[in-house]
Amino acid sequence: MPVQRVVQRWSGSVNVVTVGPENASLQLGGQTSLPFLYDEGELPNPPRIAMEVYDKVPEGWPAPLLEALGDVVHDPVAWAQKCVQQWQADMICLRLIRPSEEEVSLDSVAQLARAIQDAAGVPLIIWGTGEGDLDNELLPQCSQALRGSRCLLGVAKQENYKTLAATCIADGHSVIAESPIDINICKQVNILLSEMDLPLDRILIYPANGALGYGFEYAYSIMERTRLAALGGDRMMAMPLLAVVGAEVYRAKESKATEEEAPEWGALGPRIVAWETCTAVGYLQAGADVVTLCHPEAVETVRAFVKELVGKQ
Amino acid sequence: MALTGLEIYKLLPRTNCGDCGPPTCLAFAMQLAAKKTALDKCPHVSDEAKQALEGASEPPIRLVKIGDLEIGNETVMFRHEETYHHPCGIAIEVADTLESDELNNRLDQIRALHFERVGQQIGVDLIAIRDTQADPDKYKELVQKVTSDSSLGLILISSSVPVLEAALDICKERKPLLYAATEENHEAMAKLAKAARCPLAVCAEGLDALAELTPKIKELGAEDLVLDPGTREPTQVVHDLTHIRRLALKQTFRPLGYPTMAFATAEDAQTQVLEAVSYISKYANLVVFPGAEPWQVLPLLTLRQNLYTDPRVPLQVEPELYPVGPVTSDSPLLVTTNFSLTYFTVEGEIEASKTGAYILAVDTEGQSVLTAFASDKFTAETIAKQLGVTKAGERVKHNTLIIPGYVAVLSAKLADASGWQVLVGPREASGLPAYLRQLSA
Repeated sequence: MPVQRVVQRWSGSVNVVTVGPENASLQLGGQTSLPFLYDEGELPNPPRIAMEVYDKVPEGWPAPLLEALGDVVHDPVAWAQKCVQQWQADMICLRLIRPSEEEVSLDSVAQLARAIQDAAGVPLIIWGTGEGDLDNELLPQCSQALRGSRCLLGVAKQENYKTLAATCIADGHSVIAESPIDINICKQVNILLSEMDLPLDRILIYPANGALGYGFEYAYSIMERTRLAALGGDRMMAMPLLAVVGAEVYRAKESKATEEEAPEWGALGPRIVAWETCTAVGYLQAGADVVTLCHPEAVETVRAFVKELVGKQ
Repeated sequence: MALTGLEIYKLLPRTNCGDCGPPTCLAFAMQLAAKKTALDKCPHVSDEAKQALEGASEPPIRLVKIGDLEIGNETVMFRHEETYHHPCGIAIEVADTLESDELNNRLDQIRALHFERVGQQIGVDLIAIRDTQADPDKYKELVQKVTSDSSLGLILISSSVPVLEAALDICKERKPLLYAATEENHEAMAKLAKAARCPLAVCAEGLDALAELTPKIKELGAEDLVLDPGTREPTQVVHDLTHIRRLALKQTFRPLGYPTMAFATAEDAQTQVLEAVSYISKYANLVVFPGAEPWQVLPLLTLRQNLYTDPRVPLQVEPELYPVGPVTSDSPLLVTTNFSLTYFTVEGEIEASKTGAYILAVDTEGQSVLTAFASDKFTAETIAKQLGVTKAGERVKHNTLIIPGYVAVLSAKLADASGWQVLVGPREASGLPAYLRQLSA
């Protein structure tokens, strides 16, 4: 006798956020069911992989990562191009660190962002330095230079969102809304942004996730709760979710210690790939719609695995 | 799940004979519902009623023991609803196809799959020994080798009953999981499991077949079951495991009210890990893993540790002054919070720097530096208080303390409140080795 399944039908759905220039746009979100449960609802858009590109090589990156990326790390435009052409990234995430460390003209940063968009031809995420005042000058410049490219700009926080929201509204971009692993603040930021008349389908939620082993479970549960709220019909929680993987993983000591320093952890090369892919797939199982990765092999492995996960629809 | 007095009453003989003590069946039923008496006081109760009543008090997902490992008895779909209770078991596979050298290497590798993370020991739980040749003597020899080498729990994988029987001769007392009963062999397997008092895995293609099979096996006396819904396709595995848990929890559906197991089977070593990540996340109570490289297993153990952490309890260390490494009374004193993750990250970096230092873990109720700072739990006053409580001034000869870079703004106030000289350390713990080197130079 067939077993009567407990099928969950939801009243809500995840917002659809459209990113990227006209000829290369992507849609994020749109689900009406929990991750990968292929027969319970619509899963119109598979999770996307953004590759992280930096305006200068971050300090302390492990040798096998630098080796895998090659010489392009010294040329962000070529780096972004290679991410798309060779490693088939769905999106590029440009992370800005130079402006907080050295004197650079804001205009040159905006031009860099523009050049990356032109060279990569995929939707672009621009991630500020994390210094509020600096970002409030920097990100509007980038926003203007990329007007019409429907980028994702971040991050907006509870205590600093107005400038970013205003510039994104003006130039047609979407906003990455950060909350410090706190579901109430998560909703609050979305409400604040919508009160500025930013449409709800131009916001992504970023729950300030850590790498596997570094508070992973907090963001995992926040993502699950957020997604359940969205499917339950809460419009202020119905944004697609973004998890930062590369930048977090390369802060962890599991991605730094060489095999000589930590022989019990095994070879560093495959270890950093696994730390990225496990962090990414863990969050995908919790509901992430975009994950940002660094290592080309991690990108390839996650892409193939995601293809399998969504293949049954 | 728990039945009311009236529901129990309907299952009783309703003769009001009084043999159980209370004068009427209804009175007896009420006492049963209140758990004040036991069903066996009634000499006339039918077997069906007994089963129904005993069943009602069982948890929706049975707790199953494999050796020392307990799996199952989970109560929620999402960890934030309460917590996940019994960490998913992780088994490393060993097959009879390995040459002797390869086998030794693999057992060495498995022995090394134990790590310390945030103050806890994490490691693999089981070795899954796979038979492919249906040769009882050869398999027995392999099991002998594995059990003499390792004290881990066991899964014995074979479709042949005589092979498992032979192996049980030497490892019965470890209570290995027998894998697996199928439609074809379930009678013999159930008998074997019952006789050896071992848990038994049940494998059938899909939930319908599985739900038909388990009651038959239970009927034969094997009750400690672990479910394998057959498929090895990752999406289907997650799907089936999700539905098994839902049926067990939301419908108290007994035929699927057992812990589950899943196999990572991808060819590619990286993809194997991602399959296991998916199954640990989504409802496997036991994962059998084909690889034994530390870079594969460390992230899996870490994931399991993370997801099975009780979300209701902030992970804390005792607020104390901790010596780390080779300390003297001249060693530097670093201040941080008593949030476990924060504390152990700092501790790990001090160890990596190979210098000795003291960590003052301030009681912030388990909050991290920035969160505790924002909520006024990591302040000049709380730090100064902790210095006093731990008599830090008597344990070091100097009066200099180092605070995290993120709370540099506390410096002046803390110096006033404590009378100590305050240095500002790096923002991230990862900056500590370089900072400490510079300090001692």
